[in-house]
Amino acid sequence: MIIAEQKPIQEIKSMIAGYQKVLVVGCGTCVTVCMAGGEKEVGIIASTLRMALKLDGKEPEVIEDCIRRQCEWEFVDELKEKIEGVDAVLSTACGVGVQALAERFGDKPVYPALNTTSMGMPKEHGFWIETCRGCGDCGLGKFGGVCPIARCSKGLLNGPCGGSQDGKCEVDKEMDCGWQLIYERLNSLGQLDQIEDIVQPKDWSTDRDKGQRRIIREDVKV
Amino acid sequence: MAEFEPKLIAFCCSNCATSAANVCEAIGLSTPGNVDVVRIPCTGRVDILHLLKAFEIGADGAYVAGCSDGNCQFRDGNIKAKRRVARAKKLLDEVGVGGDRLEMYNMSASMGPEFAKMARKMTERIRELGPSPLRKK
Amino acid sequence: MARPFKEILSSGEFVVTSEIGPPKGTNIEKMVHHIELLSDKVHGLNVTDNQSSVMRLSSLAACHIIKDNGGEPILQMTCRDRNRMALQSDLISAHVLGIHNVLCLTGDHISLGDHKGGKQVFDLDSVQLVATVKALEQGKDIGGNELDGAVEFCVGATATPEADRMDSQLLKFRKKVKAGAKFFQTQAVYDMDMLKKFMEYARQFEVKILAGILVLISPGMAKYLNANVAGVTVPQELINEMAGAEKGKRLQKGIEIATRQIKQIKEENICPGVHIMAIGKEEIVPEILACL
Ligand code: SF4
Ligand code: SF4
Repeated sequence: MIIAEQKPIQEIKSMIAGYQKVLVVGCGTCVTVCMAGGEKEVGIIASTLRMALKLDGKEPEVIEDCIRRQCEWEFVDELKEKIEGVDAVLSTACGVGVQALAERFGDKPVYPALNTTSMGMPKEHGFWIETCRGCGDCGLGKFGGVCPIARCSKGLLNGPCGGSQDGKCEVDKEMDCGWQLIYERLNSLGQLDQIEDIVQPKDWSTDRDKGQRRIIREDVKV
Repeated sequence: MAEFEPKLIAFCCSNCATSAANVCEAIGLSTPGNVDVVRIPCTGRVDILHLLKAFEIGADGAYVAGCSDGNCQFRDGNIKAKRRVARAKKLLDEVGVGGDRLEMYNMSASMGPEFAKMARKMTERIRELGPSPLRKK
Repeated sequence: MARPFKEILSSGEFVVTSEIGPPKGTNIEKMVHHIELLSDKVHGLNVTDNQSSVMRLSSLAACHIIKDNGGEPILQMTCRDRNRMALQSDLISAHVLGIHNVLCLTGDHISLGDHKGGKQVFDLDSVQLVATVKALEQGKDIGGNELDGAVEFCVGATATPEADRMDSQLLKFRKKVKAGAKFFQTQAVYDMDMLKKFMEYARQFEVKILAGILVLISPGMAKYLNANVAGVTVPQELINEMAGAEKGKRLQKGIEIATRQIKQIKEENICPGVHIMAIGKEEIVPEILACL
């Protein structure tokens, strides 16, 4: 899933301060699961926003809605009427959803209420962790199912750096060293030989470095 | 100038705090009239949005009264409530209303006098803080 | 003129290198003083590359100054700040400037330094960087393109004898050897037993390992290293020894310890050489060297 967290309310406020009628719209998928931008959080954001604006002597109308997914036209189109009636939209979806709204409703300013951080999962209640960076050439098979790109702070491919200590990363003593995880996992699988050879420099052309990534498939076109 | 009488909303657990309120009345101690009590089945049911709404509709202060530590009927509702109160306090600080206007208290069903004392204590705190900045606008 | 480091490594002599930290700014007076002081006393002068992720004068420029002063520079290169193009370009540049020794490192994470919000690179890792140098030596860049003139380097890398998870560190060590590293400079070592243990393993490879000697300045420094620097463990006896010295004589104590350890390494033939680090206090290095 996509993981995101709410922006500070003052930042959100400064984006929409000039508008009379604002729609705060949530997304019922990833950001609902990571408790950052679903129906409930729309309520919280709208409420805090109303209070913050009121303290500035402004009383715009802040209305609320939440759709199933902001990254599919089918659901986005449900918002048409509501969006026509407002001056601006505050989306509590991930960056994908915000952009979908902006693209669909060309004449309406759309603002992000969240900071989209990563792709990952809830490790436990209240603890979300990044596990994939969408590099476009998945090497998990080689690395025992632990991603060196997302889980090693330096994205190293040939083993831990000298900063690894007690199984933790030099960046933060609370963070697992991704390479120690890879090593231990392959060790327990009896597959350490898989990383004994030198891993060649990664081909980043499947990542961001060849521009925006697109997939076009004729077989599924309608 | 007449003394400022804060409007408070108390979210009270029906197991402990509400009984405490009853005991309090039975023994002739009155709950201050400025406190509106909202009964909830368990403080674990309290949502951040409830707490924020209290302020949005004009309360000067609010508090959640739940069972004493380890005595929640639903195991850890009061602990969850405490965490939510902490987040709501932060949000209120961010907004500019002030997290001090919100508090979490724990008590047991028999603590009638405590209940009244708590209401007065919170009233005092809010009186010092003055009316909610949202009301002044 | 200094003898090529490669030659010294194969001569069988006890190898001694030291370190130069470039300044943060254009005032190179102190650095040049250190270079002049040490150039003819050690076999190689190793220059740090934006050490600890703190932006400074480049290692390349400082190596060039060492060369001008008749010293033998060892260019440190980390993977943090440059992608594969910039790294290769700098390697070619180093060769052209007469710098023929390179020490390949991963580099500290950018968030530990003085440009915390910067974008770090790590396009290559240290193993791949070693392999890259070897490729350039074959007259090709790592994109497979022909070079008009190949480079020539004596390639080194680092190792951590006191790491707490040794197995995974040894994997990396083996890969560095496989990639073509000819010498290793270790992270600071204080526990001679751990160093011996590491060497028992490392001896099977045809590489020269220089034990990292970081001079202790105070008991506080020792405690700091233990708490904050991965792969460094100062034994309690050494901390006590430092603490036992009178204030004002502690640096002297640190020099004494370093000297003692270097002697031990040499006499017991634990390692074929040492790399002496005296961060910011390079003046004391000649005194330590006098013991050899
Ligand atoms: S290797 Fe690439 S695709 Fe696979 S988990 Fe890592 S970042 Fe994601
Ligand atoms: S300590 Fe581990 S996770 Fe952190 S950068 Fe080094 S190898 Fe990667």
